[in-house]
Amino acid sequence: MFRRLGSILLLLREKTKVNMEVFEARSRSTLILSILVLLSLSFRSSSSLSSSPSELQILSAERRIDLASHIIRVVLNLKVQNDGESPASNVLLAFPPSQVKHLSLIQASELAGKKKKKSLQPLDVKPSDHADGPNGAKFFSISLRNPLSTGGSVSIEVSYILTQSLEPFPVEISQSEPQLVLYRDGALILSPYAIKQQTTVIRTPTTKVESFTRVEPSTQMRTELKYGPYQDQPPFSYAPILVHFENNNPFAVVEELVREIEISHWGYLQITEHYKLVHNGARHKGGFSRVEYQSRPSISGVSSFKHLLARLPPRVHSVYYRDNIGNISTSHLRTSYSKSELEIEPRYPLLGGWKATFVIGYVLPLQDFLFESDDGKRYLNFSFGCPIAETVVNKITNKVVLPEGSKNPFAVVPFSVERHAETSYSYLDIVGRPVVVLEKENVVPEHNSLFQVYYDFHPMFMLAEPLMLTSVFFFLFVAAVAYLHMDISIRK
Amino acid sequence: MGIIPAMGGPMIEQRRTGGGAMYKSSLCLLQLTDSNDISINPKKHTLKPLMAASTDSTAPPSPILRHASGNILAFFILLLIGVLAFSIRLFSVIKYESVIHEFDPYFNYRVTQFLIKNGIYDFWNWFDDRTWYPLGRVIGGTVYPGLTLTAGMMWKVLHFLNVPLSVETVCVFTAPLFSAFAAWATYLLTKEVKGAGAGLTAAVLLAMVPSYISRSVAGSYDNEAVAIFALIFTFYLYIKTLNTGSLFYATLNSIAYFYMVCSWGGYTFIINIIPMHVLLCIVTGRYSSRLYIAYAPLVVLGTLLAALVPVVGFNAVMTSEHFASFLVFIIIHVVALAYYIKGILSPKMFKVAATLVVSVGLVLCCAVVAILIAVVASSPTKGWSGRSLSLLDPTYASKYIPIIASVSEHQPPTWPSYFMDINVLAFLVPAGIIACFSPLSDASSFVILYIVMSVYFSGVMVRLMLVLAPAACILSGIALSEAFDVFTRSIKFYASGTSEKVQNEAGGAASASTLSMQNNVMATDKKEDSLKERPSKKNKKEEKENVEKPSLKSQTEKRPLVLPVDTAVLALFLTVLLGAFYVIHSVWAAAEAYSAPSIVLTTHSHDGLHVFDDFREAYAWLSHNTEVDDKVASWWDYGYQTTAMANRTVIVDNNTWNNTHIATVGTAMSSPEKAAWEIFNSLDVKYVLVVFGGLVGYPSDDINKFLWMVRIGGGVFPHIKEPDYLRDGEYRIDSKATPTMLNSLMYKLSYFRFVETDGGKGYDRVRRTEIGKKHFKLTHFEEVFTTQHWMVRIYKLKPERNRIRGKTKKYRSKSRRTGSSMKKNPWH
Repeated sequence: MFRRLGSILLLLREKTKVNMEVFEARSRSTLILSILVLLSLSFRSSSSLSSSPSELQILSAERRIDLASHIIRVVLNLKVQNDGESPASNVLLAFPPSQVKHLSLIQASELAGKKKKKSLQPLDVKPSDHADGPNGAKFFSISLRNPLSTGGSVSIEVSYILTQSLEPFPVEISQSEPQLVLYRDGALILSPYAIKQQTTVIRTPTTKVESFTRVEPSTQMRTELKYGPYQDQPPFSYAPILVHFENNNPFAVVEELVREIEISHWGYLQITEHYKLVHNGARHKGGFSRVEYQSRPSISGVSSFKHLLARLPPRVHSVYYRDNIGNISTSHLRTSYSKSELEIEPRYPLLGGWKATFVIGYVLPLQDFLFESDDGKRYLNFSFGCPIAETVVNKITNKVVLPEGSKNPFAVVPFSVERHAETSYSYLDIVGRPVVVLEKENVVPEHNSLFQVYYDFHPMFMLAEPLMLTSVFFFLFVAAVAYLHMDISIRK
Repeated sequence: MGIIPAMGGPMIEQRRTGGGAMYKSSLCLLQLTDSNDISINPKKHTLKPLMAASTDSTAPPSPILRHASGNILAFFILLLIGVLAFSIRLFSVIKYESVIHEFDPYFNYRVTQFLIKNGIYDFWNWFDDRTWYPLGRVIGGTVYPGLTLTAGMMWKVLHFLNVPLSVETVCVFTAPLFSAFAAWATYLLTKEVKGAGAGLTAAVLLAMVPSYISRSVAGSYDNEAVAIFALIFTFYLYIKTLNTGSLFYATLNSIAYFYMVCSWGGYTFIINIIPMHVLLCIVTGRYSSRLYIAYAPLVVLGTLLAALVPVVGFNAVMTSEHFASFLVFIIIHVVALAYYIKGILSPKMFKVAATLVVSVGLVLCCAVVAILIAVVASSPTKGWSGRSLSLLDPTYASKYIPIIASVSEHQPPTWPSYFMDINVLAFLVPAGIIACFSPLSDASSFVILYIVMSVYFSGVMVRLMLVLAPAACILSGIALSEAFDVFTRSIKFYASGTSEKVQNEAGGAASASTLSMQNNVMATDKKEDSLKERPSKKNKKEEKENVEKPSLKSQTEKRPLVLPVDTAVLALFLTVLLGAFYVIHSVWAAAEAYSAPSIVLTTHSHDGLHVFDDFREAYAWLSHNTEVDDKVASWWDYGYQTTAMANRTVIVDNNTWNNTHIATVGTAMSSPEKAAWEIFNSLDVKYVLVVFGGLVGYPSDDINKFLWMVRIGGGVFPHIKEPDYLRDGEYRIDSKATPTMLNSLMYKLSYFRFVETDGGKGYDRVRRTEIGKKHFKLTHFEEVFTTQHWMVRIYKLKPERNRIRGKTKKYRSKSRRTGSSMKKNPWH
């Protein structure tokens, strides 16, 4: 049904003749349906698919969906062949609109070489400016390194991450119940190209799968659900599936994270991170019994979490962990040569829907993160995302506070962020410190890549405040001396 | 410790001899530490002598040089005392963390946050609807704003300078900062009384007196922190005015008094003790115009200023606490008039006039006094507030106001607590009093009066130990300083006596007779001295020229006070030992006894340090996981903390202004579950918070406070009777406890499912017994949160139960109609 729909949609919308010829053969279904679909469509698009999708076809596709935590990681292996006449430089990926909303990160790479000497070459992926596909499907386009010549084929590995796509069901659970979630996707890979052969493997965290939609052939092998192989699917084929399974992993979501990275040229980097944490799983219902929680941890509050692990850079010191009513005394810091691990416990275990706020602060040596570029500019090289493992950040704000007197700051970030500038004042500042603010929504641990902030700075500015203080005291003493030498008494 | 009093000695000598100084080349080092309060001009006058001293070591150094270095040394000593006072109070930050302590400071912190966020005008008009639900509380009109405004001002200044300190940090360090100020104020006060040496000694003693430390460690953000500074500073300005007769200081005194009124309810101590001192001076025939200037402006200006503080307002003239000041105000005018008339009339005429005035005046006075007494007697509390009355009659509170008696800091202290809080000062104070009597001046008589009054007050309420501490420090400082004076002089005499024996003996014999005369002159000398406090350049020069002459006298004066040298050395050693003991005790008290913030507890066990952070766990849970407008009921102790840390509305809090409201909560806690649920539901309470120490052995939990809840509740609602909760007059929770006790809400909320923690025994570690009722269910309350160590348990009121199915049909139509009107909260 969906398959047909897709093809008709395309047929109706596309104006290119080639398309029509190809699709006409396949879409000999009812006309009424096509009219219905026509009505439901919005003709927003003006442009058409420039590189005709039909030129390409996918020989084989394999998709692995990992549902182990609340961050869904999908790996898609495509073998694309160019059947068209002109070389193709882009490959399009299609996502249903419900997934695009939660799509946090998408990466692609080209598999080169033979089996033994496989190498991955990263490819550029960006949202395509093509018109939306049928039913609002969104496209991402992968730019190939070398245009695919006619008849040639290429293997592409696409990995993408979906957040907040596991829907707790039941929505509310009591302390003694496990957490069950629903995952919705399609058994068939959504693609603007025809796919000759495809399989989808879904990995669940445990063998406890309540139910899953069967689209034959589909099998369950321990923690794996296998859909397929399906043969010769036309473009935009779709077969919705629903997987209902148990997932007791911590659904730790940081609703808002504000990181302040303050550069001091006196040799340190002060980082302050403000967290608003929430357990985003099934909401807790009824009372919370501590005696049960303490005595039967395996069955009571299984979906709750007590610990979080933050991975900090090595040589971190002066670490603190507190909230707005004081220190939180439950944390452990393990430092080693290559990394530091901060294990933090919120004040109370977080059950579904419970929230907590806290602040983590630490100091790092400046020489590990600040460098001088060839053109005399200084640049900070620091990681972007949230250091806490396996968390989703709904909104992250990185504020890089540059020293007073810095000029021309600009940031280089490997992905798209919203950026603006601010000025902050601290410790006797007069002109204020330039702040580079970088905001991004829907951030996952994979975003912990490095970004750079370049700026100009003259070392004289370092002395401004000490000189100011010295002169203030100097004038104070001068004033005192002057006062002692003056006779301001009115008595003679 | 050893150096400071040692230099106190010579300073006092200078005092007595009117700015003169003695010097010996052999004691150059000691003498260099001499100081006086005269601000001098080091550059112009010391240049030549300095060169002389450096070139010719045998020549006596110039007195000017000694003044300069002495002043600088005194300045640095004071700076170090400030640092000491500040840093000894940081144990709480180092051992625990930079956090607000205890209960009241959390309220002050919250008020400060409000002040900074909303500004001063909103602060005066602040009606707080987060507390005393549904009554609310007018914060701006019921709070002493001094502390809040001080911290708010400091924060504003810091932020003007772009120093990004948080409000909390400023609040935490306000108390240590003001302790340093208090130490400096003590120096000034004692210097006025007995000279700079005693001043420095008293300052260093005050910097680390345990009693004051207990109220001013970092984080103890309470009124007393700034009030003690204000108290001492007000006294200093009073003495200063008394010594100088300067209207400038009198005005400053009123302003300092105003600051004190802003800061603490204890200002009534000032406004009673100063009139008493004035009266004492008048009675002992020490009336002078200086006394008038010291007192009259204070009463007029001070009362006007005090009335500006909203919390005092018309109380400044209406209540009996202020009555003494007005009475003495009238008396001092009568006396002033009498002195004036005495001056213009001949003695004979004066006698006639006096008899006339006295006879008429007596009749008038009797009439006025009778009216006053009638007015005062007509008010039920005789115009006194409950706390003041319990000061006059120590048994008053326990008889009539259980809510005041229930507070531990309102109990009379025990003897060990004197030793704990003022330590060796308790033994030095009598010596100080004796030192103050020789000779007795206006200033020293004030100090004596101060110590006598504060000893009495501290005996009534342990909290007022805090007022005693500065007095004890001042007198101990005087005592130690005098002692060091005598000892060092003896040693000095011995040392110098060997070299200049002949000269001294000659001088000594000649001057022995003049000694008594000198002592008498001293008082007036001192007055003149202080009049020249900030003299013009000319005066200073003259003074310095005159210095040579009296120095001769000073040598002669010491002769009769000299002790045998070995005795002196031994006594010096013992005194230093005493001081060392005091320092050790103070540091111990600061580090161990008084630095715990009480919201986080620690214990040391064999496997390391255990932290009990349950209170904040519960408050954080409340603040993040309940609705913003939910009301939380708990005993009033936790009210301030709940509003400040959890930001939830509470029913009662530590400002115990409404006894009935507290009694309502007490009654609910003492009632059976159903009755309690009804009370709480009528108050729109959503959560009930109880503190329970039975699992970890935390003794100040709600079960131990329960009898006060019963008592206070029963005071208003007579169906709660204390004997119902006691078995044969004994408070117990084991199997022999009364059924009323075992069915009370407090028992049930505390011990709900407690028995499951230790396998069916239910052993309470605080009461050291098995609990009486082990297995029970809650029908109207639901456990929603219990902290890790069970110290705080939070229950939610269950919603009203649905009707049973069979009956619903009948009632549904009815209850819907009536239900809406019944359910309506009367407070909305």
